[in-house]
Amino acid sequence: MAVTAKPKLDAQKLRADFPIFEQLVHGKPLAYLDSAVTSQKPRYVLDALLNFYETSYGNVHRGVYWLSERATAEFEAARDKVRGFVNAPSAKEVIFTRNATEALNLVAYAWGWDNLGPGDTVVVTELEHHANFVPFQFIAQRTGATFKAIPIDGAGELQLDALDGLAAEGNIKLVAVGLISNSLGTINPVEKIAAWAHEQGAVMVVDAAQAAPHKAIDLQTLGADFLAISAHKMCGPSGVGALWGKAELLEAMSPFNMGGQMIRQVRMEKTTWNELPYKFEAGTPPMAEAVAFGAAVDYLTAIGLDAIEEHEHELAAYALDRLGELDWITTYGPPADRRAGIVSFNVEGVHPHDVAQILDWEGIAIRAGHHCAQPLMAKLGVAATNRASFYLYTVRDEIDRLVAGLHKVRKVLT
Amino acid sequence: MSEFDQLYREVILDHYKNPRGHGVIEGADAEADGQNPLCGDEVSIYVSFGEDDTIEDVKFSGRGCAISQASTSMLMEMVKGRSAHEVATMSKDDLLEEVGIPLTPIRLKCALLGLWTLKVALHKGKGTPLPEEAAGLDDLSLN
Repeated sequence: MAVTAKPKLDAQKLRADFPIFEQLVHGKPLAYLDSAVTSQKPRYVLDALLNFYETSYGNVHRGVYWLSERATAEFEAARDKVRGFVNAPSAKEVIFTRNATEALNLVAYAWGWDNLGPGDTVVVTELEHHANFVPFQFIAQRTGATFKAIPIDGAGELQLDALDGLAAEGNIKLVAVGLISNSLGTINPVEKIAAWAHEQGAVMVVDAAQAAPHKAIDLQTLGADFLAISAHKMCGPSGVGALWGKAELLEAMSPFNMGGQMIRQVRMEKTTWNELPYKFEAGTPPMAEAVAFGAAVDYLTAIGLDAIEEHEHELAAYALDRLGELDWITTYGPPADRRAGIVSFNVEGVHPHDVAQILDWEGIAIRAGHHCAQPLMAKLGVAATNRASFYLYTVRDEIDRLVAGLHKVRKVLT
Repeated sequence: MSEFDQLYREVILDHYKNPRGHGVIEGADAEADGQNPLCGDEVSIYVSFGEDDTIEDVKFSGRGCAISQASTSMLMEMVKGRSAHEVATMSKDDLLEEVGIPLTPIRLKCALLGLWTLKVALHKGKGTPLPEEAAGLDDLSLN
């Protein structure tokens, strides 16, 4: 077979898949540079959502009639697509949740409650999103465990030489690290940290919410024991995410939410639990959303995660170059080759809210705030930053418009 | 005038660039800190009382966007010399009228952070009633 170069992603062409771009914002085309907070949806995913409601809607795992069987089959097919997406060995290890946040809370409560206590240490990083920080901080405090963070250096990269010091201080039981920082775009060396965590006898939790949309995930090479993703960041609908966990860990854990579907037998004196993954899926799940999540996996897979990753690297490099030309802009985070399509920056003397507000009138959407990462902002010595983030539908022209908008910000406010 | 020109109208930019009452009162009779969880902004308000419960001096420090800095600057001018009890019952609309620009619900939080924090400081100094919106500011909920 002849080896051919993989075709590059054509963002301009892909934009036609996304109905949101058909409208004007303040009379201007929408430059959506906030995909790190949530991505836009292609027609293919929206069709899957609507099609499920129109042709297959019934409750899953409950009815014996045709419609329920059909809904169940689509729901379970979506689970298997998610399994394939993260390269999990078995679909019974894939639990549908509300989002990555709920997946991480599930681990904190259902694993942490029974496995942590005084003398144990829980380790996160200074880069973490609050969703991969606060649940573990909370459960550590409730169980009497110690809570520590791997520090970052000035470029927003984890300082792995601090690991030995952490290991010397206590019995490390759980390590939670994001694969890609939502604030700075840093791609973290999760494989190395997982190997270290396992040497300590700890379980490794990987928050892949920010990574799953942008690069191929192989949880087996990552060395994860738990991994969390959210559909809404990867062209899927809001309201559904997934937790993958190693079967032996999930089997040994108590449930997180109780209710219908997660039980085997309920008696006054005792209730027993359903098998995996249903033990962790109490109540009617987000069914149509899960099916559309599966469609999002199909959509991204057809485009190719490697092509998406390359496209984003190019955009990040271009944005860093353009912003680097302006001496009144400070950018945060690592060099382009070690970051995803996320660029955090500040405009000298101008608060991020004002930057984002003025850009909004140009039809440009960026995030201004602490990005749910207040410990990181404290480390950077700022209250907030601006963040432009890119996805498969982002084109260079939008970055040019961002730079032009920033000149206007400066004109109005300084 | 476009919506844009209204939001960053001259008087807002003037207060933003030359804030009135910006600074710290050493040995203030009362002070309070407020935070906006949306953006991590912080404001500290310092009050010195004169005879009875007159606000003799009032200053603010902290960081925030143009809207929050300008509205807090305007607030400082509005309340200096008035009685603590009068200011404690002042409606947010009085301040918003002075600010005089259309604000979305999110930007309202920026514009009003200074007012709620001032009311917390007055509560701490003079026991004046607290509005619901002050809940959580200055770690009050932890007391």
